[in-house]
Amino acid sequence: MQPFSSVTDLNRGLRQGDFSSVELTKACLERIRTSEALNSFITVAEERALAQAEAADQRRAAGEATALTGVPLAHKDIFCTAGLPTTCGSRMLANFIAPYDATVVSRLDAAGAVTVGKTNMDEFAMGSSNENSYFGPVANPWNPALVPGGSSGGSAAAVAAGLVPLATGTDTGGSIRQPAAFCGVSGLKPTYGRVSRYGMVAFASSLDQGGLFAHSVVDLALALAYMAGFDPLDSTSADQPDPWFDDITTNGVTAPDQAPVIGLPAEYFAGLKVGGTQMDEARKALEARGCKFREISLPHTASAIPAYYIIAGAEASTNLSRYDGVRFGHRCENPTSLEDLYCRSRSEGFGDEVKRRILTGTYALSVGYFDAYYLKAQKLRRLIQQDFLSAFESVDLILTPTTPDVAFPRGQLTDDPVAMYQQDIFTTPASLAGLPAMSLPCGFQQGLPLGLQLIGPHFSERMLCETGIVYQQETDWHERHPEGF
Amino acid sequence: MSSNTDIDLVHLCRLAQLALNEDELHAAQADLARIIGMVNQMQAMDTEGVAPLAHPLENPQRLRPDSVTEQVDRERFQTIAPATKGGLYLVPRVVE
Repeated sequence: MQPFSSVTDLNRGLRQGDFSSVELTKACLERIRTSEALNSFITVAEERALAQAEAADQRRAAGEATALTGVPLAHKDIFCTAGLPTTCGSRMLANFIAPYDATVVSRLDAAGAVTVGKTNMDEFAMGSSNENSYFGPVANPWNPALVPGGSSGGSAAAVAAGLVPLATGTDTGGSIRQPAAFCGVSGLKPTYGRVSRYGMVAFASSLDQGGLFAHSVVDLALALAYMAGFDPLDSTSADQPDPWFDDITTNGVTAPDQAPVIGLPAEYFAGLKVGGTQMDEARKALEARGCKFREISLPHTASAIPAYYIIAGAEASTNLSRYDGVRFGHRCENPTSLEDLYCRSRSEGFGDEVKRRILTGTYALSVGYFDAYYLKAQKLRRLIQQDFLSAFESVDLILTPTTPDVAFPRGQLTDDPVAMYQQDIFTTPASLAGLPAMSLPCGFQQGLPLGLQLIGPHFSERMLCETGIVYQQETDWHERHPEGF
Repeated sequence: MSSNTDIDLVHLCRLAQLALNEDELHAAQADLARIIGMVNQMQAMDTEGVAPLAHPLENPQRLRPDSVTEQVDRERFQTIAPATKGGLYLVPRVVE
């Protein structure tokens, strides 16, 4: 077993008896230990992982293995795991042990995957650099002085460094795609509602969506098939069965046959400082496989950042009101009154960025400002979604850069929240529209990985993933790995 | 719509149940002014006659049969509570 083996290769090795899941899990745990400097994990679950690995080996021996049985993975520390801490990167939940598993966790457990630990993240998934974690920043495996992106920075870095072949993440405004681009791995944000939010600590409920990081799109599709699907425990879960998922769990990911018409939105390419050449090469690689390209316009793109930060802030201020020091989470010492209990517990438990978002959201929802901010943002959200729906009348998918630049140095943007928010300029539009999107490695700029983004219509994960697979058959950027791991 | 200087941060903190010290208030005031300044770009966009979009799939909230599907396991849930007594959550005295 090689450090950067794909899920597909590991499954083959396990099936052929080249190694057991216990051996594989021990190797993973050892790699996590020797890569502690990355700070990509908040919790390493050695005991639980070895027990799961042993059970996976027994299940395989009994002839009941799935393609994920015995394969190690890491969960972003936003997914509740019964018996393991779920901190969400916050002091507020530093000692929180959920009384139940998230649906994402229970489904991947049911497939026989082995949870080796919980990955570091920006506090409550708020951030684009993983510098907002109570448990310290995560280093980018390509250069430890750079950020890995955020908020799912720990998951992206762990996969990029070959510590695990697969990791879960969540994406509210780009929190899977941006770190995937910065760390040179493949990352998928499915359609809103495709993956259950049950047990996923809420940030902005109309935007939050669980997804995955892996070395290839084949692996993303494989894991998605086990993770996605309707969940009665999530009131916004989409009841939209996809026979493709059943096909994958039965036959694996089969050879794709996609040659979609792909739109290139002018608004994403105008003034692009970094990545123009790499995007041209990506287009040529896809053209070589029969894809057609067409220039399109998504005229409301520039409104996405302001609309997103109002809507996400408003939903966060509401969702995070549950942290009151009473039922779970951090509680201040010796509260003198109920208000003192609320106020001090929250002020001690939340970090600066979380407070900023709560205050922004509170402002947007307060009397006198609701129409001008919250309602205005929701109207722009519709216009942004309509841009995409109109575009999808003439194209099947949309290709854009994932980020405006490569990974930046730690500390560079921490004093300027607005500049930090601009990092999400290419990822927030698809989030507001609820569309599935993925980031794939597409080359390097000064030795640092760059990502391309493919966006599809609602519930088009099959076309999206199969086009990604076609792209990765034509290129080998996803097979490049950082040195020293 | 607001100008950047009329953000009443003390009022917002009270609404959000957050206590900031002087330095934090000062920093938050500056940050919030920049953030609101940035989002004010929205005001230039024409949204006349556009219906707000609250949910990306616009599904009506799904209903389920009105039947008991799970039991509240109070004891288990209260094991993670900071302070309980006799099955109740403890908070500072509210009524003298």
